[in-house]
Amino acid sequence: MLSRTADNLYWLSRYVERADCLARILDVAQRLSHTPVTYGGSTNEWSSAVLTAGCVEGFVARHGPVENATEENVVSFIAFDPENPSSIRNSFEVARTNARSVRTALTSEMWDVINSAWIELRAFPDKAMTREELSRFLAFVKETSLRFDGATFRTMLRNDAYWFSRVGAHVERADNTARILDVKYHVLLPEKEHVGGPLDYFQWASILRSVSALTAFHWVYRDSVKPWLVADLLILNRQMPRSLAACYDNLSRSLDDIAAAYGRQGPAQRLARSTLAKLSNQSIDEIFQAGLHEFISDFIGDNYKLGNEIVEQYLT
Amino acid sequence: MARAFDEMSSDDGSVRKAYETLSRWLTSVPHDVLDHRRKEAEYIFRRIGITFAVYGEQNAQERLIPFDIVPRIITSDEWTRLAKGLEQRVKALNLYIKDVYSKREVLRAGIVPEELVYQNPAFRPEMNGQSVPHDLYVHIAGIDIVRTDPNSFYVLEDNARTPSGVSYMLENREIMLRLFPELFSMHRVAPVENYADDLLATLRSLSPNGAHEPNVAILTPGIYNSAYYEHSFLADKLGVDLVEGRDLFVEDNVVYMRTTEGPKRLDVIYRRLDDDFLDPLAFRPDSVLGVPGLMSAYKAGNVTLTNAVGTGVADDKAVYSYMPEIIKFYLGEEPLLANVPTWRCREPDHLKYVLEHLGELVVKEVHGSGGYGMLVGPKSDKAQIEAFRAKLKHDPANFIAQPTLALSTCPTLVDEGVAPRHVDLRPFILSGSDKVRIVPGGLTRVAMKEGSLVVNSSQGGGTKDTWVLDA
Repeated sequence: MLSRTADNLYWLSRYVERADCLARILDVAQRLSHTPVTYGGSTNEWSSAVLTAGCVEGFVARHGPVENATEENVVSFIAFDPENPSSIRNSFEVARTNARSVRTALTSEMWDVINSAWIELRAFPDKAMTREELSRFLAFVKETSLRFDGATFRTMLRNDAYWFSRVGAHVERADNTARILDVKYHVLLPEKEHVGGPLDYFQWASILRSVSALTAFHWVYRDSVKPWLVADLLILNRQMPRSLAACYDNLSRSLDDIAAAYGRQGPAQRLARSTLAKLSNQSIDEIFQAGLHEFISDFIGDNYKLGNEIVEQYLT
Repeated sequence: MARAFDEMSSDDGSVRKAYETLSRWLTSVPHDVLDHRRKEAEYIFRRIGITFAVYGEQNAQERLIPFDIVPRIITSDEWTRLAKGLEQRVKALNLYIKDVYSKREVLRAGIVPEELVYQNPAFRPEMNGQSVPHDLYVHIAGIDIVRTDPNSFYVLEDNARTPSGVSYMLENREIMLRLFPELFSMHRVAPVENYADDLLATLRSLSPNGAHEPNVAILTPGIYNSAYYEHSFLADKLGVDLVEGRDLFVEDNVVYMRTTEGPKRLDVIYRRLDDDFLDPLAFRPDSVLGVPGLMSAYKAGNVTLTNAVGTGVADDKAVYSYMPEIIKFYLGEEPLLANVPTWRCREPDHLKYVLEHLGELVVKEVHGSGGYGMLVGPKSDKAQIEAFRAKLKHDPANFIAQPTLALSTCPTLVDEGVAPRHVDLRPFILSGSDKVRIVPGGLTRVAMKEGSLVVNSSQGGGTKDTWVLDA
């Protein structure tokens, strides 16, 4: 297929995935911001949302230091700001522009999801949303990515177009999970002797919520929420679709499918495999001992590098 | 102006035979039901994303072309006549262009004045003495037809560069089948859905090197082009790649596309990009839409471009006026389809007549399209006419004039109900190395405004499904 088509599919999936992640970040921030401080709520939940969304620079340029973050300016910046290249609105805009350029590589169902989301997006007010409007908006964003994934899964031919789209989704998903961990890792570190106080619980639960995994946690571990189990679920547990290991499982498989179809393995496949090995050959205890923060930083670096290798190998 | 010929109802109120069933149906269905279906159609169009862009309108980057749900009916007898005339006309166009770029017998015989060739901005000196695969230039033609009474069809315009609109022809039919299945059970409508197959067969037949599995692609200027939807629609229906200039490169005079598996050779390119932008090395050096070296690959005979480079020399409105003579000159036949009488303002006596009769004529730019830059005399006020007179005097050779034809009308659903509106017809003629293919019908364009004669989508015109009824 055309390199440009593959590139568009790859970024289309990344942007839909990104919009979904941003919606969940806002969701969690909103929830925590009106939880009493003694229950883990905090006044700087909105600045932490800016950090997690990975848009500090743009935010600072527009609204000043991250400490200035308020619900109003963060929601408007992350959800709607045309100046923020990664706002939800821009993600949908870019997704649709990409989709238009590769109409022929999409099924009509996939196009329909993207095009109608783009049309519906205009019905939402740009600023000063009520809480209720915001909830409705975030639900709409999440639903769009669900529908897009569903349409992709149900209607696309299983060929390189499908695999490139999956590669994009999983690179982005891994990046998002890793960034949530990067910003929040400190609450997972056992600083105090006693764990399990209400404050910690709400912090950990919020991490799980940001990847839609609170219910899943209980099913997987049948235990109360403990920080190392939260880390295990998000990093190593392959049952959990947003864990780093599950993302790399999928990534590696899609890249191998591409390599098999083209009859050639390359640096992207090798790099994905080596990252997957790091996620397979360690226990969460070993990761904590060697340093959770270093592990996550390394992962973010590797994942970024993989993105570049994919571009280099196939998309230019 | 007398009441124009209506294709459904005669002056005495009787209904023409082909329209009998449709007319009964129209009177039996309540207006709000029709209106509801019209809205449904619009919703579907927007969902599918069938939009076009209007240049110069900032906030309307993507707009819908109004779709009228009342079909236009042509009988199979009428169509057979039209199809023969269209085939003849396209044959002559192809022979004319070949001649213009080789022996120029038509100039030596004094049929067409030299300056219409040499001073034509669409003339491409690069094509001089250049042979093209299968001697064909206009592989995809759109010939605009108007009607003024039951027996008179006229060619209004030849489009020999990159005619558009065929996606509307196909989508209109799909929508009609979805919204009004009952109407199709009452009529025997000739299908049009085989257009994509016909186009692919035509393109493959044009392969330059006899490759039995030629690689075909559609070259688009990109998503900001007003007809982008059509480009992607066609690529999808044909199952070929939709490429932009940056997807292609030329090496040793061979055109390749960049794919995820490395370079892939292209044999036939259906380009929807104007000559000027094709190759920055040969034409406009500032073009970022084209492919450097494409022209030399073309001249080396390694790739077919459809339509050929330089076809614009045959489709401006001044050359149009010579088409009856051109047909006779190359084919030795009388033209089967008439031209609209045309005054060439480049000729002093014609100019004099036109200036004296501006109020009753339609004056068009020789190279104009899209309904821009024209004067419709009877619909213009004094100031507009005088302003145009100045333009015309300043550069007469740039204009032609025609009588204001009473274009036929067809019943059309408007706010006040079903009312007659003026229409034209653009059939699409495909010329392959094996044969000529024309799907029955074409795109009917309709001026939605009462009394308006301008059907162009950029001027608020709409479209209709066009039915050729089997006998």
